[in-house]
Amino acid sequence: MSRLAVPKTYKLYIGGAFPRSESGRTYEVLAADGSFLANAALASRKDARDAVVAARAAVSGWSGATAYNRGQVLYRIAELLEGRRAQFVAEIEEAEGVTRAVASAQVGEAIDRWVWYAGWADKFAQVAGNANPVAGPYFNISVPEPTGVVAIVVPQDSSLLGFVSAVAPALVAGNAVVAVASERFPLSAISLAEVLATSDVPKGVVNVLTGSPAEIAPWLASHADVNALDLVGAGALDWISLEVDAADTLKRVLRPESGPDAAAPALGRIAAFTETKTVWHTKSLR
Amino acid sequence: MSFLDYAPAPESRAILSLRDSYGLFIDGEFVDGRGEPFQTISPATEERIAMIANANPADVDAAVAAARRAYDRTWSKMSGRDRGKYLFRIARLVQERARELAVAESLDNGKPIKESRDVDVPLVAAWFFYYAGWADKLDHAGLGANPRSLGVAAQVIPWNFPLLMLAWKIAPALAAGNTVVLKPAETTPLTALIFAEILQQAELPAGVVNIITGAGDTGAALVSHEGVDKVAFTGSTGVGRAIAKQVAGTDKKVTLELGGKAANIVFDDAPIDQAVEGIVNGIFFNQGHVCCAGSRLLVQENIHDEVVERLKLRLSTLRLGDPLDKNTDIGAINSKEQLERIRTLSDIGEAEGAERWTAPCEIPENGFWFAPTIFTGVQTSSRIARDEIFGPVLSVLTFRTPAEAIAKANNTPYGLSAGIWTDKGSRILAVADQLRAGVIWANTFNRFDPASPFGGYKESGYGREGGRHGLGAYLAPAPIGQSSTSHAAISGRASTAAVEADASAPAKRSRTAKPARTLKNATKGSKR
Repeated sequence: MSRLAVPKTYKLYIGGAFPRSESGRTYEVLAADGSFLANAALASRKDARDAVVAARAAVSGWSGATAYNRGQVLYRIAELLEGRRAQFVAEIEEAEGVTRAVASAQVGEAIDRWVWYAGWADKFAQVAGNANPVAGPYFNISVPEPTGVVAIVVPQDSSLLGFVSAVAPALVAGNAVVAVASERFPLSAISLAEVLATSDVPKGVVNVLTGSPAEIAPWLASHADVNALDLVGAGALDWISLEVDAADTLKRVLRPESGPDAAAPALGRIAAFTETKTVWHTKSLR
Repeated sequence: MSFLDYAPAPESRAILSLRDSYGLFIDGEFVDGRGEPFQTISPATEERIAMIANANPADVDAAVAAARRAYDRTWSKMSGRDRGKYLFRIARLVQERARELAVAESLDNGKPIKESRDVDVPLVAAWFFYYAGWADKLDHAGLGANPRSLGVAAQVIPWNFPLLMLAWKIAPALAAGNTVVLKPAETTPLTALIFAEILQQAELPAGVVNIITGAGDTGAALVSHEGVDKVAFTGSTGVGRAIAKQVAGTDKKVTLELGGKAANIVFDDAPIDQAVEGIVNGIFFNQGHVCCAGSRLLVQENIHDEVVERLKLRLSTLRLGDPLDKNTDIGAINSKEQLERIRTLSDIGEAEGAERWTAPCEIPENGFWFAPTIFTGVQTSSRIARDEIFGPVLSVLTFRTPAEAIAKANNTPYGLSAGIWTDKGSRILAVADQLRAGVIWANTFNRFDPASPFGGYKESGYGREGGRHGLGAYLAPAPIGQSSTSHAAISGRASTAAVEADASAPAKRSRTAKPARTLKNATKGSKR
């Protein structure tokens, strides 16, 4: 007699915990063949706002950690992902209806991309910063600092790679993230959240909302405590309205990308969510 | 005469050879504007200086078209080396005509001649020199090899540093290979128009820089023009917000340099004499018409009385009056509207319970003037602690601990600049780390340099001007595959190398339809 499987309940990931949507709503996630995979939480406006509160609370700790420490913490996520390869491959095979080889390649690329970004944590400031030779007796240096809370509509056409490609770069400089997962392929994002929850990433640094990006994104775009908005996966939404909403508090906005190069690994994705701070100090022998 | 009284020492206006009226500078020529001309006046006397052309939407079209032609046919094809040599020429001409520009600036803007002569105009020349050298070194701008220019830049600048803001905008734009349509503020167009004459003397190819004058609607028509690829604006947060909305959904790259409400933090171990000078320079430089002005003085409680007393003593020695007088410290407020705003906010400060002190000084009969003013006992919730006044008005607040100073300093939607005064180096660095502001001055204030990036956090805008960062604001990385060092690109996509290494990985990535850039499609035809 075959063993009866124990199905998994997929929930949100907010402030290091896995709550259901406060709205009590769920939606059906279907496999590529149309069969039922799971019920995912259908996040509400309140969930989005809770996620922003959790992210804001996490900013000072994460951005205040040493770059070396952030790099190690991020690298450890790659280690944990590697250990759970089989789970992610199986999840992607089922959800996207692709072969094991294709799913495996996606997971491999996601892990490698995470490693690439992790390595930037203690180098980015050296590449993006500057000592400035001003005309006077002043020490003058420019360094990149995290913007704060970044809301991301992750690429919608991928289970894991799109999520990783959008979320990892925002974390490198010390931002906290509220990520809206792929509506159609949300399960890998929640499984990744389980990895994050058991890694050394402080609670609230990454928050994952599942559900309808069209419903959630406007609340994030207009939220006054969100500093930046990454619309990389919002191409199918009314993203122009989102950009207009974001302008109310002059959020930094990345516009949608599509095609094979969407959310490709780039220093620009790190830089987009940093602010350049320039410090002057007088020089004197007195 | 007491020791503070000086005989008048006005700078001569004879060096100026102004025209009665100025046209728009489009395609290398001065042409008539199609809107109703307006006058530019001296805010110190309210006398008319000249009539200024007013660009209507058709003029904006003509200017953008000229910039596009110059970009396609000349400027984008020119070597960086030659672009640089034009910029060096401009820098030299600015130096040669420095006194004339300084007199014109003080006349039109109302700022003291010692500031326009010793700060504004030298920095203008320095800005062109600095970016001139970048023009043939763009591979080192931080965007990887072969970065590309953006095209036509629309630039709208404010009235507080008319010619300096022009230099901040035009120098990096041209160095990077863009062409420009610039609109100066309607109350201070004069030096931009003299600058247009300098461009003619430099024989800059026609259309590379176009200068159109007008009011807010001219600026709005310019930044929303479909033929524009880059928008750079310096001004109020309100207008910046409107611009951010206007460019939503387009491909335009944007730099916004907006308002500020900077905290100037004075700890009890600070060198008080220098700090008092720094506070004065921080808020009374340029009549406080400075977006990064240190308008909130946060002084440690135990030295509050001493600092305020010394400040009052120092302010009592400032000379307010004729901007062209070489001894003048405080010039005229730039416009009647601005004077009204300063008066209104100051009255609100008083009504909200703060104690007002005004420096004793004689106010000239004509023109727009506001004596240096200090408010003590200001609450963090008060309008004068929150709103940008943009005038010679200082709000004094106190703190007890560094943590409280940091919290109060960051308690604003703005994040442009901040000051720290203390003899303790470790404290400076720790506080600087915690302040959410783009420029931090430690034991100094209001220093500017072309090599030093300037720009804000939060609602003070985004993008940087000055330095390597300011150059990047006018460049884009080379298209994928055309940059040999693409992983070094800071401002753009690095490379597809990681994706190509595992070709099967992105199997699903292009399944969704093209993004719904419906608005943009309508505008795309006229570009490039």
